Amino acid sequence: MVESRSAFAGPQDYFALLKPRVMSLVIFTALVGMVASVADGASINPGLAAASLLAIGVGAGASGALNMWWDADIDSVMARTLTRPIPQGLVQKSEAAGFGLLLSALSVALLALASNYVAAGLLAFTIFFYVVIYSMWLKRSTPQNIVIGGAAGALPPVVAWAAASGTAPTDAWILFAIIFLWTPPHFWALALYREGDYARAGVPMMPNVAGEASTKKQIFVYAIILAIAGVFPYATGLGGVVYLAVSSAFGAGFLILSWRVLKSPPRSKEAPKQLFAFSIMYLFALFAALLAEDIYALYA
Amino acid sequence: MPDPTESPTLEARKKRDQRSLAIALGLASFMLVVFLVTILKITGNIGGAP
Repeated sequence: MVESRSAFAGPQDYFALLKPRVMSLVIFTALVGMVASVADGASINPGLAAASLLAIGVGAGASGALNMWWDADIDSVMARTLTRPIPQGLVQKSEAAGFGLLLSALSVALLALASNYVAAGLLAFTIFFYVVIYSMWLKRSTPQNIVIGGAAGALPPVVAWAAASGTAPTDAWILFAIIFLWTPPHFWALALYREGDYARAGVPMMPNVAGEASTKKQIFVYAIILAIAGVFPYATGLGGVVYLAVSSAFGAGFLILSWRVLKSPPRSKEAPKQLFAFSIMYLFALFAALLAEDIYALYA
Repeated sequence: MPDPTESPTLEARKKRDQRSLAIALGLASFMLVVFLVTILKITGNIGGAP
């Protein structure tokens, strides 16, 4: 008897639909948003906080599964995404869609139960924005796809802040702004050394629409704005001196590597690769500094 | 890694059992989380009752 490949799918293949690495970054930034909210005076039971973070993480995973359902055709022609469960034939498109929809509904319902309707509404909007606005509409139609679509990835700390406090004050939106401004240079650095991949898939990323030189200039401009926005939490009191030191040092590093990208020879992959790797460390370092300061303030 | 001595049907059945077990565990975990969240909510509200 000849079985289809999907008959050999294990639980780990369905877990891969949730984009675990993206999910872990979402949970981390959400945790920082929640702890900052508590440090700001909000109060939430630790068990309910954990359930809320779980709901936010599952919601992010659900949007990942729905994105893989919608983008199955382009995932199968890009080297970076070829090994995903749908292009491998391990999971059917319809199964990924059903899985994503079910988890979306359960995550929003759980967040409403564990925290409040503001947070649940924001989570539902985040999933909608990522799947419908970014994946279905912007990704294949404009090189500004990840600029606007980046809002979905930037919302988790706001959702978590709302989960703890029921509100989304300016400080929550500063965290949003940092991730939002970080997204274009992060993804354009990736697109610079994966340009062929995106061009083959017909995805209008900045390098294969505006050209390499223009993309490098835009990366540098975003790096300047990001380095400034990165120290904003200190100005509003959200971050302290440790945060100021970390955000200044990493902001300078981001600027230097973006400058290297700008000055790198055409088709050079090394500088964009370095910037891409550093950009992940940048976001982690800034949010970890905020988390450390808030935990110290709460328990010291 | 599939066992080369095993027929594809047996391997497929093993994977199906794993998927079924994962669904069962997922549902049980969700029920447990909802139960615990409900209990935490109720306990948190007892003191605030008029």
